[in-house]
Amino acid sequence: MLTTALILLPIIGALVVAVAPLTRTTTAGLALLVALMEVGLWIVAASRFDFDEGGLQLGTSRDWVESLGISYSVGFYGFSLWLTGAAVIVSAAAIGYAMWVGRDRPRAYHALMLFLTGAIVATFAAQDLLLFYASFEAMLIPLYILVGVWGGARRQAATLAFVVYTMAGSLLMLAAVVAFGVTQGTFSLLESGTSDNVWIFLGFAVAFAIKAPLFPFHGWLPLAYREAPVEVAAVLSAVVSKTAIYGFLRIGLPKFPEPADDLSGVILVLAGAGLVYGSLLAFRAPDLRGVVAYSSMAQMGLITLGIFAFDDLGLDGAVLQSAAHGLISASMFLLVGMVEHRCGTGELASLGGMARGRPVLATVVMVAGMIALAVPGSATFAGEFLIMAGVYDQGWGYSVVVALGVVLAAMYTLRVISAILHVKPGSAVRDEALDLRPGELALVLPLLLVLLVLSAWPALVTQSSFPGNNAAQSIAEAFK
Amino acid sequence: MHTPTVDWLALSPSVALLGASGVALLAAVIVPDWMRKSVAAGVVLIGFVLAAVLAGVVFDETPTPEVLLDGSMVRDQLAALTQVILAVTGAVVVLVSWAERRRENHGEYYALLAAAGAGMVFFVSAENLMTLFLGLEWFSLCLYILVALDTERATSLEAGLKYLIVGGFGSAVLLFGSAFVYGATGELGFAQIAAANPTDDVFLLAGLAMILAGLAFKVSAAPFHMWTPDVYQGAPTSVTTFMSAATKAAAMVVMLRVLATAFPDQSEIWRVAVAVLVCISLAWGNLAALAQRDVKRLLAYSSISHAGFMLMAIAADSERGAEALLYYLVPYSAMSVGAFAVVAARERELQRPVTLESLAGLGWERPFYGIAMWTFMLGMAGFPLTGGLFGKLFVFSAAYDSGEWWLVLFGVAATAVSLAYYLNVVRWMYMRTSGELRLAPAGGSPPPDYPLGVAVGAAVFVTVGSFFAAQPILDVATDAASSLPF
Repeated sequence: MLTTALILLPIIGALVVAVAPLTRTTTAGLALLVALMEVGLWIVAASRFDFDEGGLQLGTSRDWVESLGISYSVGFYGFSLWLTGAAVIVSAAAIGYAMWVGRDRPRAYHALMLFLTGAIVATFAAQDLLLFYASFEAMLIPLYILVGVWGGARRQAATLAFVVYTMAGSLLMLAAVVAFGVTQGTFSLLESGTSDNVWIFLGFAVAFAIKAPLFPFHGWLPLAYREAPVEVAAVLSAVVSKTAIYGFLRIGLPKFPEPADDLSGVILVLAGAGLVYGSLLAFRAPDLRGVVAYSSMAQMGLITLGIFAFDDLGLDGAVLQSAAHGLISASMFLLVGMVEHRCGTGELASLGGMARGRPVLATVVMVAGMIALAVPGSATFAGEFLIMAGVYDQGWGYSVVVALGVVLAAMYTLRVISAILHVKPGSAVRDEALDLRPGELALVLPLLLVLLVLSAWPALVTQSSFPGNNAAQSIAEAFK
Repeated sequence: MHTPTVDWLALSPSVALLGASGVALLAAVIVPDWMRKSVAAGVVLIGFVLAAVLAGVVFDETPTPEVLLDGSMVRDQLAALTQVILAVTGAVVVLVSWAERRRENHGEYYALLAAAGAGMVFFVSAENLMTLFLGLEWFSLCLYILVALDTERATSLEAGLKYLIVGGFGSAVLLFGSAFVYGATGELGFAQIAAANPTDDVFLLAGLAMILAGLAFKVSAAPFHMWTPDVYQGAPTSVTTFMSAATKAAAMVVMLRVLATAFPDQSEIWRVAVAVLVCISLAWGNLAALAQRDVKRLLAYSSISHAGFMLMAIAADSERGAEALLYYLVPYSAMSVGAFAVVAARERELQRPVTLESLAGLGWERPFYGIAMWTFMLGMAGFPLTGGLFGKLFVFSAAYDSGEWWLVLFGVAATAVSLAYYLNVVRWMYMRTSGELRLAPAGGSPPPDYPLGVAVGAAVFVTVGSFFAAQPILDVATDAASSLPF
């Protein structure tokens, strides 16, 4: 019931926001209230969750299309609960940001954002392949409009690239879902067995690789992240990308042990290539959003390395890194939005010197930057270190690649920090540009606080992501 | 002389519609001008609703198929379910037509609509080649006139003529094929043709091919689709609405019935033929739709591609395929009727043909129609939260189950292409504004059109409802599919 409530609350909220005849501010406020209630509901769910126990928890299952074995079954495992937590927090921050900047047509905008939140939570909770597919696809409906209507100048090209890429992946996945479901006689992830069909696995893997995105399926990413409204880009990179991670953890690995193993070499190499390539692109990107966008792609490569390490360290690290990257990526995007709002541009060449006279902005950007570049002691460092250690068994070369990624992350993050805060005041930085306002601080600070908690106590996530803290075995047993 | 006993209940949906048609025709003559339209529309609406209810009763009271009237008709759940779909579609189309600004011919319009409905209802319960042809001609003749009814518009007449010629050709092919089959087997009844079983008879195969082609004209499957875009575009929009949903549903079910009951032994051959139709329809329908600017034309090509998906269910040649087809018809009819209804609304507002450009800003100006159209487009593309997803899923499952995984891949690729034009419609509605294109409604905003709103609302309800309540619909489809000998 709790899981269903977690899915339905934002969707019902979306309907109410869409039709209620409220003023601009009240509409946005109502949306934010719903998003915060969602966070509260998630906290309730987390408090009722028994992390020591294995198997599905807070589950509900009802027949949907009996004759094909399709059911509405939802529930959480440790790792999906953490992913959901990051998702609802980021969504609330994004909706708060949209309220702060006062998006046009607020009823439509906030309804779509809330609907998106509901679809994301449903994706993380889905225990039936068809439900998973439906929620995975449902995310695209609001995203299409959100980017296409409220996006930047080249929003139409961005939506086109985004939709073409993701739908190509999704439809391959639909074919795979049909093939898997019909062969197994059930679409339920709880009841179906494993398959050794490489093609079906590839259908899923490509869909996830596009959604993440992993190299070389990232063609949609630069335009979409640059042209989307900044808080939508935050949700995209922080949360929507993690549905691919959930897909790998819940479907890719447990349901296709042999194909996943056979193809792990290819995927590891691509993930490693994506990590390095994304980091290099981030280092070369001329604008703030480009840096954050490509760094996000690099991080997805890193997380994938952790998943396909197939061992406890790598998997735990992947989950921790997913949660941490979700939070940090969202904070970075929102900060980018705040800087762009003041300067009217995100071009690094026209920024600079913003630290002077803006101590709060400087401090917040610095803290977020330090976490993003995985300074030792941060949650991201813990995640990267676990992945590096975990992937060592697959070949020491991968660990070297991860180490390289960490170094490159430091380089591009420091470049961005100094481009915003230090050097000479840029041409676009006006003296009267304000320091962070309390309202803006209230959006970013909670995200950073959660990250600081995770930095102090990464075991909160790593020890409770998989039953019995035994990641590889749980995956091998398909969470039975 | 031997007279067969008549099962009036089985015939009642047809009779109800014929009655309504007759009353509407009388109304055209004796009712005073100012209330003629309301009376005719009201009577026909009641006729369609009554037909739906009666067909529902037949469905409920016919656990096993019964052959009627000396083997010329059949009373079974397959026919009854299709009749319900057809009659409900007809009733919704009456609502769509209600506010259409037509100068004259109101009585005739509704009379012909009901008569066409009666013909389709009769057609789907045909059990021999004679009644099949009779039913086909019955509703086709009504549709020829309906298409050409707006005599003040040149396109309407042109469309009517095209439909008459191409449709007449299709009927002739069907009749010729029936003659071959009769010649080869000496039988007209579907079950008797199957029982005669003269395998490898060239005439039988030629007849089968021609019957298939004749029906393919009616379902507008490529390469027999040439009339579809012109006729859908030229016909009055309410007539297009009816044709796109009802004609297709009726002809699909009849094709399924003929192939499954009359030619089970030739299934190896017709499965290939149908699969070829599937591929051509999916490829041509989707690719041609990409190039369209006129929304009715775009939807016409989209309906050709949907014919491809539905034929995929027939090509599966299994009970599961039949269930998938019958399920598919429910959300498809709703989406199709709904989409054309929104086009009709826009047409009435702008007083000119609806192109993609003239949809600009519709989503923001008319939020209800905008969201509805959005739902229909996503549904046709197979997105979740609409029955379109399950329609595709069931069809793909049936095809995969019958070993035709390559058809599934083809269907997936076609769906990917179709997204481009479905989402293009959404893009025009929401991402362009009418200000930027200087569109203004001719003569101010039209008065609110409540019947059309109800029709669109009902279509949205069915489109979304068939996603959440897929199982009840599938149960009914399973019952209906069990009437066929798989």
